[in-house]
Amino acid sequence: MSGVLRAENVVRRLEGEVPVTLVDGVSLEIERGQFIAIMGPSGSGKSSLLYLLGLLDAPTEGRVWLDGEDSSDYGEDELANRRLQKLGFVFQFHFLLAEFSVLDNVTLPMRRLGELDDATANARGMELLGRLGVAEQSAKRPHQLSGGQRQRVAIARALANDPLIILADEPTGNLDSVSSANVQQILRNLAHESGKTVVAVTHDGSFASAADQRIGLVDGKINTEWRPV
Amino acid sequence: MLRLDVALAHLTNRKRQTFVSLSGVVLGVAFFLAVSSLMRGSEKDFLKRLVDNSPHITVSDEYRLPRVQPAALRWNDGAIRISNVKPQTETRGIRGYRQKLEFVESLPGLRVAPVLVGSAVLTFAGRQEGVTLSGVVPATIKSVSTIDEKIIDGSIDALAANPNGIVIGKGLADKFNLNVGSTLGVAAANGTSRPMNVVGVFRTGNANYDETQTFVLLKRAQVMLDRPNRVNRFIIQLDDAYAARDVARHIEDTIGYKSVSWAEASEDIVSVLIIRNIIMYSVVSAILVVASFGIYNTLSTIVMEKIRDIAIMKSMGFHARDVRSIFLLEGLIVGAVGSIFGIAFGVGLMKILSGISLKPPGGTEVINLPVWWGAEQYALAAAFALASCVAAAYLPARRAGRVHPVDILRGMT
Repeated sequence: MSGVLRAENVVRRLEGEVPVTLVDGVSLEIERGQFIAIMGPSGSGKSSLLYLLGLLDAPTEGRVWLDGEDSSDYGEDELANRRLQKLGFVFQFHFLLAEFSVLDNVTLPMRRLGELDDATANARGMELLGRLGVAEQSAKRPHQLSGGQRQRVAIARALANDPLIILADEPTGNLDSVSSANVQQILRNLAHESGKTVVAVTHDGSFASAADQRIGLVDGKINTEWRPV
Repeated sequence: MLRLDVALAHLTNRKRQTFVSLSGVVLGVAFFLAVSSLMRGSEKDFLKRLVDNSPHITVSDEYRLPRVQPAALRWNDGAIRISNVKPQTETRGIRGYRQKLEFVESLPGLRVAPVLVGSAVLTFAGRQEGVTLSGVVPATIKSVSTIDEKIIDGSIDALAANPNGIVIGKGLADKFNLNVGSTLGVAAANGTSRPMNVVGVFRTGNANYDETQTFVLLKRAQVMLDRPNRVNRFIIQLDDAYAARDVARHIEDTIGYKSVSWAEASEDIVSVLIIRNIIMYSVVSAILVVASFGIYNTLSTIVMEKIRDIAIMKSMGFHARDVRSIFLLEGLIVGAVGSIFGIAFGVGLMKILSGISLKPPGGTEVINLPVWWGAEQYALAAAFALASCVAAAYLPARRAGRVHPVDILRGMT
């Protein structure tokens, strides 16, 4: 029960004429400060599992504990509050808001949380951008950045509210090899130096090799034998 | 503040769409104001003419309901019904009018004139014409009517100096070829006849009134009509014409005689004006409703375009209500900015309209279009524009609030 993130027999099924089971009875426990890679073939349910662990989706069966709290009793607003305070997301596509500057994108979660005044939020945003090597891009709009820079800004945004866990869905899937290595290093450092728990879904074998633990997923079930081809 | 920033960012990054939506609201508010100010202006002008040219309250020697018979009062639950009662024959007129007049005069904010109205026949050069003979006190009738302003020859005050004087309308003067100083015969229904001198001629522009209305001294009318010390009308003018209904009710409750306010007498006209206003506001509101479709279109497009951003904001921890309020704010901003510019544009249109002069066909007077500048129409236009815009934003906002991030993210990966 000491894991920062725990899933117990989690099932996610899409109901319909032909029900589809995306995640089928997954149980896992992730400790604080670990860098976990979830791997598996396309359609194996990796992203679906990540969405369940990230409280973006509710399991059809089973339970997810975040920081020791059972999330199954939370309403939509409470889930949103937990995501805001304890989780940070990085997606394959950067998903930065085009109308806002890089700095504004990073401070957006802080402003939503409302614990910092604007000046402090901006200072923290600049500090995060500096840590990720994109401070000089702070006034630019996302379209003025390279793919790697955008992804680093997205990581900075994910770190905005100092979350316990970073959940990354194919964070290097859209990057060249140099940028990919860079992002991989950043996420690894977040886990090992900053004490964040990083859970990343990936197809990338070299990315996964940098993780502390790899979880194979096939047909929605954990498969310890699975290895990338 | 954050939601406002996001809303402003959405709008300012779609300048053309926002401009089109805004233009619809600006034009809607401006035309709303232009039409409303003209319609309300013409209504007020019409009512002013109606109110100015007719008594605010007329007290007559009538009762609104038949008087209850003493027997019915005594045995109001009796088994026998009293019917076909012939009223007592009495001299018509307001009984004890001096006391009742004193009471009316004691009320604040009004002027009152006692009048005795009857019928008479004018004879001149072998011609006869039935007319309405109004016995008045010149000083008081001037204070409650515009007759003094309508005199084109002679004066109403001349009645006081000449007890046999008569003031007639221009129509009658033309028909009989009479002038100030002419003498004509006046015969009352009871046969009393007397030669009288024309001391004044008035012209109101109402042909029927100018041909059939005459004024003589009250004392003279009382003698002619055989009603000594009686009047059968109190003509009342109020400082506040719109209080007429309440004052009339108070007078009637106190003195018992039927008191009819101008609003009651012109109820059909007032009803027509109310219906006209409903039609007018429906039409001008339709402009804003059409404009709100533009806003709906713009915001729906933004929701479609920004569905990925909405999903990412919700995944970050934004609540559904945060997202909804962003889009409602966008509607509100378009409504508020559109109202401000629309009011400015509307005031410009109203200034242009108020400067237009017209000469009605057949008329001699040049008139300006009556434009009303009352503040409430600006508030009404802005309120309606804001309500339309927020209503137009509601559906897109609701749709945005219902976006499930996983559905969108799954489609993107």
